[in-house]
Amino acid sequence: MGGIVEVNGLTKTYGKLNAVDNVSFTLEEGKIYGLLGRNGAGKTTIMHMITAQLFATSGQLRVFGEEPFENDRVLRRICFIKESQKYPENFRVIDVLNVSPLFYPNWDKELAHSLIQDFGLPLKRRIKKLSRGMLSSVGIIVGLASRAPLTIFDEPYLGLDAVARSLFYNRLLEDYAEHPRTIVLSTHLIDEVSQMLEHVMVIDQGKLILNEEADVLRGRASTVAGTAAKVEAFLAGKEVIHREPFAGLMSATILGHLNAQDRIQATELGLEILPVSLQQMVVHLTNGRSHREAGEAR
Amino acid sequence: MTIEMDDSRPIFVQIAERIENDIIEGRLPEESQVPSTNQFAAFYQINPATVMKGVNLLVDQEILYKKRGIGMFVATGVRAKIMEKRKEQFYEQYVVSMVREAEKLGITAEQLTEMIRRGDKA
Repeated sequence: MGGIVEVNGLTKTYGKLNAVDNVSFTLEEGKIYGLLGRNGAGKTTIMHMITAQLFATSGQLRVFGEEPFENDRVLRRICFIKESQKYPENFRVIDVLNVSPLFYPNWDKELAHSLIQDFGLPLKRRIKKLSRGMLSSVGIIVGLASRAPLTIFDEPYLGLDAVARSLFYNRLLEDYAEHPRTIVLSTHLIDEVSQMLEHVMVIDQGKLILNEEADVLRGRASTVAGTAAKVEAFLAGKEVIHREPFAGLMSATILGHLNAQDRIQATELGLEILPVSLQQMVVHLTNGRSHREAGEAR
Repeated sequence: MTIEMDDSRPIFVQIAERIENDIIEGRLPEESQVPSTNQFAAFYQINPATVMKGVNLLVDQEILYKKRGIGMFVATGVRAKIMEKRKEQFYEQYVVSMVREAEKLGITAEQLTEMIRRGDKA
């Protein structure tokens, strides 16, 4: 308990498609979560349900202990920044900043204006005249300055260059350190954000396939490489998430810790053991799935 | 400035190792104050909770201690203690793999010893 978001068996179906398939998780107060997965995996659908913009087909959903739909007590505490945020037709950047305090009780005007400086946004320019990257910056500024107890960024950096993204990460960590709150970053740029995340959730084809503390995941996977037959011998009884054959050789990625005995066996077989980054592990997990299912069908 | 962490090992362990390195190399003398969790988080661009976990690892080993309301400090006598611990790891981490690689390349024990002497002067 103690979760600010509690999701149990959440499912969203469109016709025969399970966009979100029996997903359960808890978001705890004051942590930074990464919601990772490929495009179309169901990340955005989950966030739309949490923020009461979409009804679930089935399952339970509690946000701040309550049902979120048309519930102002809950919705005032959420800030959801979408990939393509829409603003009223004639709004200028300054208008967005001026109305934001109405929606977000914790709004920090000073922070908003210092972020405007950081990102170099023209206050008087109409939103629809902004470049794609500038538009993304507006979303980021609103998300950070809202200081909402639950702040969700859904792929917030379309069109942002590496410098601006780095600025976003810096400001996010800085402000989070001063004002801890629950932050969800939905992204496929795993390598860029992984260091900031305390907890990682991986969604693949509508299912939650991984839900674990980031540091627990680091070092959980290993790659073994060597001649194909010997690698295969080593893989027996292990959970293999990726195989890469190459001219009689093979490298295979294994999920799970290798114990001392495994390492001795690998040395005897003349295999090399390599570490796997969190990013590589997620890529293999979300990429390998379709292969594995194809394999099972055979 | 951002200093890259190795994404294939727990970051809290790497934080603890970096603090230990700073103690060994004299950048953090005994009884000096360790940067705050938030300073670490901003410098390395990592989650403050992860930093805290790394710092607590060293508190558990009595390498760092907390002065209430002020911050974390390096305990007295820990430099020698860390070096002792590192020497044990040195054999496993460096010597074993070096000898194995040398065998693969057909380097004899004498040649290896000679190389180490040469490396000492370099």
